[in-house]
Amino acid sequence: MAKITLDNLAHSYAPAPKGPEDYALKQLDHDWADGEAYALLGASGCGKSTLLNIISGLLEPSQGRILFDGEDVTHAPTAQRNIAQVFQFPVVYDTMTVRQNLAFPLRNRGADAEYITRRVQQIGAMIGMEDVLDRKARGLTADAKQKISLGRGMVREDVNALLFDEPLTVIDPHMKWELRTQLKSLHHEFGHTMIYVTHDQTEALTFADRVVVMHDGRVVQIGTPQELFERPEHTFVGYFIGSPGMNLLPAEVRGDRAVINGTEIALGRSFGAPAGKVELGVRPEFVRLGDAGLPATVTRVEDVGRHRIVRAAVAGREVNAILGEGAPVPAGETLVAFAPEGVNVYADDWRVVPEDAA
Amino acid sequence: MNKTVNQKAWFLVLPVLLLVAFSAVIPLMTVVNYSVQDTFGNNVFFWNGIAWFEDMLESERMWAALWRQLAFSGLILAIEIPLGIYVALNMPKSGIWASFCLVLMSLPLLIPWNVVGTIWQIFGRVDIGLLGHTLDAIGIEYNYTQNFYAAWATVIVMDVWHWTSLVALLAYAGLQSIPDAYYQAAKIDQASRWAVFRYIELPKMAGVLMIAILLRFMDSFMIYTEPFVVTGGGPGNSTTFLSIDLVKMALGQFDLGPAAAFSIMYYLVILLISWVFYTVMTNLDKRDA
Repeated sequence: MAKITLDNLAHSYAPAPKGPEDYALKQLDHDWADGEAYALLGASGCGKSTLLNIISGLLEPSQGRILFDGEDVTHAPTAQRNIAQVFQFPVVYDTMTVRQNLAFPLRNRGADAEYITRRVQQIGAMIGMEDVLDRKARGLTADAKQKISLGRGMVREDVNALLFDEPLTVIDPHMKWELRTQLKSLHHEFGHTMIYVTHDQTEALTFADRVVVMHDGRVVQIGTPQELFERPEHTFVGYFIGSPGMNLLPAEVRGDRAVINGTEIALGRSFGAPAGKVELGVRPEFVRLGDAGLPATVTRVEDVGRHRIVRAAVAGREVNAILGEGAPVPAGETLVAFAPEGVNVYADDWRVVPEDAA
Repeated sequence: MNKTVNQKAWFLVLPVLLLVAFSAVIPLMTVVNYSVQDTFGNNVFFWNGIAWFEDMLESERMWAALWRQLAFSGLILAIEIPLGIYVALNMPKSGIWASFCLVLMSLPLLIPWNVVGTIWQIFGRVDIGLLGHTLDAIGIEYNYTQNFYAAWATVIVMDVWHWTSLVALLAYAGLQSIPDAYYQAAKIDQASRWAVFRYIELPKMAGVLMIAILLRFMDSFMIYTEPFVVTGGGPGNSTTFLSIDLVKMALGQFDLGPAAAFSIMYYLVILLISWVFYTVMTNLDKRDA
């Protein structure tokens, strides 16, 4: 177990990167606290896997340092870093039995035979494969194979960190929950530093203590699931987290007032006079339909069971609102208002901190 | 099981039967014909039963050729398979050099048997050949027309030169199909280079390697042209493999009866060994499934 420090880290796949657009991973300083469970969340191609592979040593960064508990491991090979990593697609050693697969990382480090037997049995039980331990790995289904991969990742107790690269993609939904729960309980039990890469917000929010949101090679926000929901630091976080994502409306903001398409609304807090591309970000949970606010046209209503999503056009933009099952849904022309505590102001995609809070 | 019985369906196989009859069975029957008959000339034949087969089974000459043949096939497999794997492991995985290597590796495969024989025949000559003359000049006694070991060495090296590429290319294809994640996982698991080969690369290559072994076995077991061009089966009979012996018997001595019996047994041996290979291969797959 170790604290992992990323110092001035960046990576480019191009041999001679010129501008920031050449970097798959833009400059980054971050400490991964020892024993914490992180989720690395972002769309495909945002640099999540690059970052993970740099931490595990499969990739050497083109700039910066990685420190494990203060010790520089930037150029250390994977083997020396003592890290476990599970990949998106199952990797099993076909000719070995399930038992041999699970024992492999321990055997390679010359662990005691009696300990290996005990530990493999324990991990076998954890991934629910005790009954098939002596079967050849080749004939198993994809999710069984992925469970073996997970098991191989968890079998070593002394690892510095456990890295997961979208490990549950090939697993069926029912098993996903179960495995994620087991990963969490494993985390509580052993306190490994865990980094879990995913593009699935539910997975990220349920797994992690802290979620690291990446966008276009950059870390845009690190926070608890609640922080990400209430105060997205970047419009991408607002849009990416939540279902549907945050509504964004271009506005003019002066102090505690915003003007959208000629209609003035109160913000409740003063935001000064932000410059650049100014937008209001409101989560659908904070949108009210009815008697006051901006003129809107309801275009679609989707009933997802526990609530309804109303899609409306406001000033040429689509605005989503979440309404309870019982609430009346106005048809056609209506007015929308925003609950002031749910309104965030963004200037050039970054959140503007209200003046009184600063 | 409600199967419809319709014997007319047999007619559907008829075209295949006809085709196979003309392409394989009828030509083969002339050989069968010779193998059970004898003649005193004038194109008059009489029934000879299985006497030619008995003769052949008791023929020391044939057994010697068979052992020679097995030794040859065994040796070239023992060299070409590991060497081919080794070459494939060391070939670049991508980029311009990968293409370059692939082209380079394919070159020997494109050269006709006859030409390969001629190349090595000249290459190994002590008077004008680069190899033969060089070896002679540094004091190594090398003369494939007179020395048993030199002849065998030449024939084996020639086959290795000609066909290792095939094994290497097949093994390379097998290696290319291994996703990167396997190597990354092996690094994470701290597997040694040997373990990576033993548990990742070899299992993934097993299928293509089986094909390589089968192809190289069948081909080498029927080899004729190359050793014939280089050594003509000599010195003495030391490189007279089955095919060479068969041609000597059938065309050189015009012993058509024994040669026909020989051919049929030769054919059956190849068929038997290929069948064994096939069965072992498919059973290996089943056992793991």
